[in-house]
Amino acid sequence: MAETPVLRLVDITKRFPGVLANDRVNFDLLPGEIHALLGENGAGKSTLVKIAYGFYQADSGEIHVHGKKVEIRSPRDARRLGIGLVFQGFTLIPAMTVAENVALFLAELPWLVRPKDLRKTIWEASQRYGLELDPATPVWQLSVGEQQKVELLKLLLAKARILIFDEPTKVLVPHEVENLFRVFASLREDGYSLVFITHKLREALTCADRITVMRQGRVVGTVRPEEASEESLLQMMFGERLVEVAKAGTGRVPGEPILELRNVCTKPIGTAPGLEDVNLTVRAGEIVGVAGVSGNGQRELGDAILGLLRITRGRKIFLGEDATHWPPRRLIQRGVAFVPEDPLAMAVVPWFTVLENLALLDPRRFSRLGGLALDWSGVRQLLRAGFAKLGLNPLPERARAGTLSGGNLQRLTLVRELNRPYHLVVGLYPTRGLDVRSANAVRQALLSAREEGKGVLLISEDLNELFSLSDRIVVMLKGRIVGEFRPEEADLTEVGRVMTGAGVVHA
Amino acid sequence: MSWFLSWISGAILYAAPILFPTLGEAVEQRAGMVNLGLEGLMLLGASLGFAVSFGTKNPWLGVLAAAGAGLLANLIYAWLVVHRRAHQLAAGLALMFFGIGMSALIGKPYVGQMAPVLPKYAPTGPQSLLFRYDPLVYVAFLLAPLFWFLLFRTRFGLRLRAVGENPAIAYAAGVSPSLIRYIAAALAGTLAAVGGAHLSLGITGTWSEGMTAGRGFIAIALVIFSRWNPLRAIVGALIFGGAVVLQLQLQARGIGVSPFFLDMLPYVLTVLVLLVWGRGVRHVAPASLGRVYFGTE
Repeated sequence: MAETPVLRLVDITKRFPGVLANDRVNFDLLPGEIHALLGENGAGKSTLVKIAYGFYQADSGEIHVHGKKVEIRSPRDARRLGIGLVFQGFTLIPAMTVAENVALFLAELPWLVRPKDLRKTIWEASQRYGLELDPATPVWQLSVGEQQKVELLKLLLAKARILIFDEPTKVLVPHEVENLFRVFASLREDGYSLVFITHKLREALTCADRITVMRQGRVVGTVRPEEASEESLLQMMFGERLVEVAKAGTGRVPGEPILELRNVCTKPIGTAPGLEDVNLTVRAGEIVGVAGVSGNGQRELGDAILGLLRITRGRKIFLGEDATHWPPRRLIQRGVAFVPEDPLAMAVVPWFTVLENLALLDPRRFSRLGGLALDWSGVRQLLRAGFAKLGLNPLPERARAGTLSGGNLQRLTLVRELNRPYHLVVGLYPTRGLDVRSANAVRQALLSAREEGKGVLLISEDLNELFSLSDRIVVMLKGRIVGEFRPEEADLTEVGRVMTGAGVVHA
Repeated sequence: MSWFLSWISGAILYAAPILFPTLGEAVEQRAGMVNLGLEGLMLLGASLGFAVSFGTKNPWLGVLAAAGAGLLANLIYAWLVVHRRAHQLAAGLALMFFGIGMSALIGKPYVGQMAPVLPKYAPTGPQSLLFRYDPLVYVAFLLAPLFWFLLFRTRFGLRLRAVGENPAIAYAAGVSPSLIRYIAAALAGTLAAVGGAHLSLGITGTWSEGMTAGRGFIAIALVIFSRWNPLRAIVGALIFGGAVVLQLQLQARGIGVSPFFLDMLPYVLTVLVLLVWGRGVRHVAPASLGRVYFGTE
């Protein structure tokens, strides 16, 4: 390679308490290339780019920019060197306007902020790259795709030439991803160098000039997309073959309705929408998928079903009984299982051990001497049997839940929720943020729940997941159900358009 | 009519000592810190200002001493919550009790004494006999638009608000959240103590223990009422000032109601106003208000 890399990371090592996040990592970025950084969750991709951006300090290793060794002690240093990073989950302040968010990251912001000048600068830059935005809009009113544009504008106006994107496509629907890749390509034409992190193989293969794969804090290798295949990349990412999720069964007949929502409405809270006239039926032995851009009422739908959100109008019928105003406890007892997005926030107590968390939901089942003691050996048995059922090794029973990885936490939740009598599983983004293997364990569990004749409601923003698991998919937009599809009859792009309100709605 | 004019005039005077801490607290909360210690800072300012004015025969030196003491005392609070990562409510309460005790200690010899008070000036006009105020009143009302400008039209204000919304983002933008919070705390401490000094040197001319009577907490309520906007803080301060004066006027007329009940009136009124106006306030509050920022590692 004759060209000097614009950014070169040499033998970067970074240790967090208990984890070796980066182990002598080498990475280089050539001028005018799009370089994909591929790997499963926890492979150390984010840590690496955050070191390049000065957000973390490496324990050892060197950073070279344009062939010169540099010290990057803070984001300020990185920005001075022309390095910009779009964080995963964004670094926008919702309460501030587009203009204010961009201004915060401007390199040469004058002492006095003149809103008019600022708006003009932003307007001009946004026109040039086809990122039309109104600078005076507060960010909380923007869609995720638009927020992505603001992030990009921030970098461009801050005069960054090395643009790093940490999982930029995670929250985008398919046509927004296409748009983003188009912007990437035009930035490359203009001489920008780009790094983008993903764990989706297809994205790396379609958009990148080179792909570097990381696994467990190390670089496995760098390949060109024309030399690679999904198969070979998977091998690099995991070092072993993955268990495929069984395809959705076809031609099955769903049974009796388990859950029915009739014209259910809830009150909007803050900027989140309320549900409006939601009609939905989940039958025994079917998986109903709920698609939508996040923040369009999916969370509220889950909460309303679980009894966490008051239903202001309409009825909720569970197994033929009016459950509209049942408290969560009664729903749990009658057989509603819940697999949440973030187990640490919604399902487990971080400073409880694995065993204690397992006993938590159903203490009566394990209580002895009238509640004075707990049958720990029974809990232990559940731990072993439950994990065996999932085909996994049981977790260490004395480990505190807070120290477990996201995938293990989700397994713990599954074992607890699905090993008691239940009729309905509500999955609220159950695979979000999990790596492929952990996500597959969750998917497999949902599929076997269906086989056993349970009803499954799967709320997800991963369209591929919804398409491969669901018997039916409903799409939510602004608190309403705006479309219903059968996965075998619809395609991704069509659903994506309905999700963003851009498509024609089919009844 | 004259009753009405004197009510207005009094409301403006009594609005000043509450406006100072309110403005300071608004800035501090915009930077993400709730400071429950305002009451202590005000008392500290009131007693130290009075003592220095008594000793030097110069009320301005009193105000200056109060300002300096408030600044230093609140830097302790900032150090606790920024560097020691203490819980803000606990640190604030500690500061409050420190201020209460310290002010009682400083003020003990001066109970019942008179100190030189701030001179009064009037803007030219027909009502100038009635509307005569010491310079601090004018300063308080000028500070409000100034602070609005600082928060919403300057680079510093943008960064300060960013720290209050999300210090990690501010840090990513190259801002030091710690520095911003120290500056905000310094401003707030100074203003709270000056507010207290204005009470003893601009209004009563005497010192008595606990003389701020909960104004530090009313100021926190007014910050919420004003939705963290210095301009709206003027309205809040005037409402409270008006209520205080109304209560004084009613007492002066010898109305057959318990004076204790009347004393309560301004606070009840403030609570009522908060109830009516305070709805939906959640979305305006700085998003990381009250949270400890742990840095990046």
